[in-house]
Amino acid sequence: MEKWYLMTIVVLIGLTVRWTVSLNSYSGAGKPPMFGDYEAQRHWQEITFNLPVKQWYFNSSDNNLQYWGLDYPPLTAYHSLLCAYVAKFINPDWIALHTSRGYESQAHKLFMRTTVLIADLLIYIPAVVLYCCCLKDISTKKKIANALCILLYPGLILIDYGHFQNIYNSVSLGFALWGVLGVSCDWDLLGSLAFCLAINYKQMELYHSLPFFCFLLGKCFKKGLKGKGFVLLVKLACTVVASFVLCWLPFFTEREQTLQVLRRLFPVDRGLFEDKVANIWCSFNVFLKIRDILPRHIQLIMSFCFTFLSLLPACIKLTLQPSSKGFRLTLLKLYSVILFFFLYHFRPVCLVLSEIPFMSTWFLLVSTFSLLPLLLKDELLMPSVVTTMAFFIACVTSFSIFEKTSEEELQLKSFSISVRKYLPCFTFLSRMIQYLFLISVITMVLLTLMTVTLDPPQKLPDLFSVLVCFVSCLNFLFFLVYFNIIIMWDSKSGRNQKKIS
Amino acid sequence: MAAFTIAAGTGNWFSALALGVTLLKCLLIPTYHSTDFEVHRNWLAITHSLPISQWYYEATSEWTLDYPPFFAWFEYILSHVAKYFDQEMLNVRNLNYSSSRTLLFQRFSVIFMDVLFVYAVHECCKCIDGKKVGKELTEKPKFILSVLLLWNFGLLIVDHIHFQYNGFLFGLMLLSIARLFQKRHMEGAFFFAVLLHFKHIYLYVAPAYGVYLLRSYCFTANKPDGSIRWNSFSFVRVISLGLVVFLVSALSLGPFLALNQLPQVFSRLFPFKRGLCHAYWAPNFWALYNALDKVLSVIGLKLKFLDPNNIPKASMTSGLVQQFQHTVLPSVTPLTTLICTLIAILPSIFCLWFKPQGPRGFLRCLTLCALSSFMFGWHVHEKAILLAILPMSLLSVQKAGDASIFLILTTTGHYSLFPLLFTAPELPIKILLMLLFTIYSISSLKTLFRKEKPLFNWMETFYLLGLGPLEVCCEFVFPFTSWKEGNGSRLKNTLLLPTQTRI
Repeated sequence: MEKWYLMTIVVLIGLTVRWTVSLNSYSGAGKPPMFGDYEAQRHWQEITFNLPVKQWYFNSSDNNLQYWGLDYPPLTAYHSLLCAYVAKFINPDWIALHTSRGYESQAHKLFMRTTVLIADLLIYIPAVVLYCCCLKDISTKKKIANALCILLYPGLILIDYGHFQNIYNSVSLGFALWGVLGVSCDWDLLGSLAFCLAINYKQMELYHSLPFFCFLLGKCFKKGLKGKGFVLLVKLACTVVASFVLCWLPFFTEREQTLQVLRRLFPVDRGLFEDKVANIWCSFNVFLKIRDILPRHIQLIMSFCFTFLSLLPACIKLTLQPSSKGFRLTLLKLYSVILFFFLYHFRPVCLVLSEIPFMSTWFLLVSTFSLLPLLLKDELLMPSVVTTMAFFIACVTSFSIFEKTSEEELQLKSFSISVRKYLPCFTFLSRMIQYLFLISVITMVLLTLMTVTLDPPQKLPDLFSVLVCFVSCLNFLFFLVYFNIIIMWDSKSGRNQKKIS
Repeated sequence: MAAFTIAAGTGNWFSALALGVTLLKCLLIPTYHSTDFEVHRNWLAITHSLPISQWYYEATSEWTLDYPPFFAWFEYILSHVAKYFDQEMLNVRNLNYSSSRTLLFQRFSVIFMDVLFVYAVHECCKCIDGKKVGKELTEKPKFILSVLLLWNFGLLIVDHIHFQYNGFLFGLMLLSIARLFQKRHMEGAFFFAVLLHFKHIYLYVAPAYGVYLLRSYCFTANKPDGSIRWNSFSFVRVISLGLVVFLVSALSLGPFLALNQLPQVFSRLFPFKRGLCHAYWAPNFWALYNALDKVLSVIGLKLKFLDPNNIPKASMTSGLVQQFQHTVLPSVTPLTTLICTLIAILPSIFCLWFKPQGPRGFLRCLTLCALSSFMFGWHVHEKAILLAILPMSLLSVQKAGDASIFLILTTTGHYSLFPLLFTAPELPIKILLMLLFTIYSISSLKTLFRKEKPLFNWMETFYLLGLGPLEVCCEFVFPFTSWKEGNGSRLKNTLLLPTQTRI
């Protein structure tokens, strides 16, 4: 069957799953006074529509920043404004200043869900489709299977269409993906423009900026700083500056405006973690109350330093030897590190799904599992179980992941050869990983069952949430080690190959 | 680990398809459900809390039991599982009771019973001989048939959104067809007899079964030219078939015969007091007849041929289920519809008798019986089109001619089911699923038969493409005009009629 028919069907399946998940409850449904992230989105439409631009980020009688104040960059605000215009056309009560607080109705829910779907359809899904079509060295069937698995990834669907997070993740992720696509296919200007838009949509994307920067810098170096490289560098710089200026134009008029926006975007008084998240600090906190010992700004500086230092070798390598694959792998490493420290963004693991299907599938399953406490709070158990199973089945049948657990397939060949120099009996790596996978899956299933059926003991009311975080964190630690090994040994084999050639 | 690999990783496509659609069905749990949900809850309550003698007399709720006894026993068995979910749903007085647990139970019961349908599809795939088109899995007839049946759009929205138990019933029908293909006639007859006592709508296709079994099973051999050999008649076979049907019927109707309730049961099963057309017109011949009558009456009034005082007040288009008189054209009685149906199925029955072509001929006759009954039957539901679509899927993967007819039938048939889901949240679902099924069916069958002539001529392509704008008009334009949406769907249905006449 022709490729575009199959791709259309895959996209339709993705859209159907998204819409059916959206029929469920959302965060903060029917829970005054603060409600939840859904109300935050509605409130931003109210604010951006009714107030002038200069007041969007400032505390005032009309704009109480304590009640879901705007804390994402201007592009989010513009998007909310656009949605608000549509809302005004349909029903002005949805965004009436002050009186629409806590507005909940079936029609409004339909409207909000539709805005997410349209944003997804316009930005994220085309990026995924194009990305899969541009993958090299794999058959058409595998490309389409890749697209199916990425579109079925439960984490993104459940957060955007179930929980309704107060940011349209698919938009920022879509832009970032366009950025990756552009930069990998040598459309550097487009790529960097897209990535700037991503940063201006959600400031968390700044974390990805280091690999982007290093990769593009490396490309400039490769072309030679005295000729084409310099031209490229200038062009890139202009693109970045221009996109930032365009987005921030209304806020550059006064210094106070710019500062206030920055203050809202980077609240330095928030700590290392909120609620129970599956990062290292939360797990560490169980043993040593680190949150209480160190002052807030020290915590922040510490985590930034760790992240930066662990990324430095890979980034340097990327600058010296810019390659598409190296770029993707560095992004991957970046994610594992960030996850480890902050818990944000696991989706771009999807990028290497076709190359390391087994580990990627495992990783994505764990990342979905780590969301469990959040999803249970929003009564999303059924959609989460169903979408996770669908994703798993899609990966298993598309990539036959259980047949790809040999050392070579896991890209651990060079690593195990090096280890075998010291330990000749180290032949059981592949089987060990399979058993670890089995244990991991069984633990996740058991924990899910326990969380759903049993009540936690009186003295430890958060027992299950903490256990979920702990288990997820252990898994992420394993992945961190794994991805580091891949990158380091990939560089070594790369160097060896260079010597030979 | 090896066992795990075999179970999960060998790429068993059939299991993946079945599991995938089951997961989709689970996602459809929170969607809109129609009054059929309350119907089945009521039947659970009736069969659970009342003795058998009361089952066909109970009328607290307007949704009285009007399916044959086997279905009542099925609801009885279900009710014993239901009591663990929510005891309150089994109270006959709890009208319109729909707690979240009730919803969960009912939806899961439908999903669970679909296991029989999955098994039947598996058996049907065995009856298809694989044409050597290509090595690609997705181009094998078995694969295409599995998707067309397991992921059938009509079945998904009628069973898992609108709420009905058609899955396992069609499973029984497909199983009986598969058994006939496998020359296991007694089993085929048995399954069909059981099916009739689950839902009597399958009487529509009983003539096909009757004639085929008589001609091709009871007469054990043919003359060399294919015509009937009278002396090969086997009394043993006739009697054993009769015995099977008799025993099944005895099991089903026996208790009610003993209670002298047969007339009451039959009046419940065949309610002729309901009108010629269902609340939403099924796109059949009588819908056109009604439309013509309406048009003529409007013209007659304008041209002063008719006296306004003589026009009956009740309107056929009001969406109610009643008996009507036609204004201009002669009124239609149940007997008329029966005669029309019999005339319509006569050609195919004759073919099946005089020129039997084995199981494939039987399947063709079955599809035609279903379609003729749909066109000319009394009080036909639009869901009855599935009776023709599902068996035809088996024919579509084997011959190009059948494939093109199938595609037109299935696209328009599925489209005619759209009025069943009229709520806003379900609009994207029905459009997405319809697009999914239509694109898949057209592209896969086109690929399968790419070496033969194209499946559609320009008229058919134009007709099919016209469905898109029609849907846009009905869903987005009509509601904002002075016409009520109800009229829009009737317009839609009458426009779908040409497809039936082509077949």
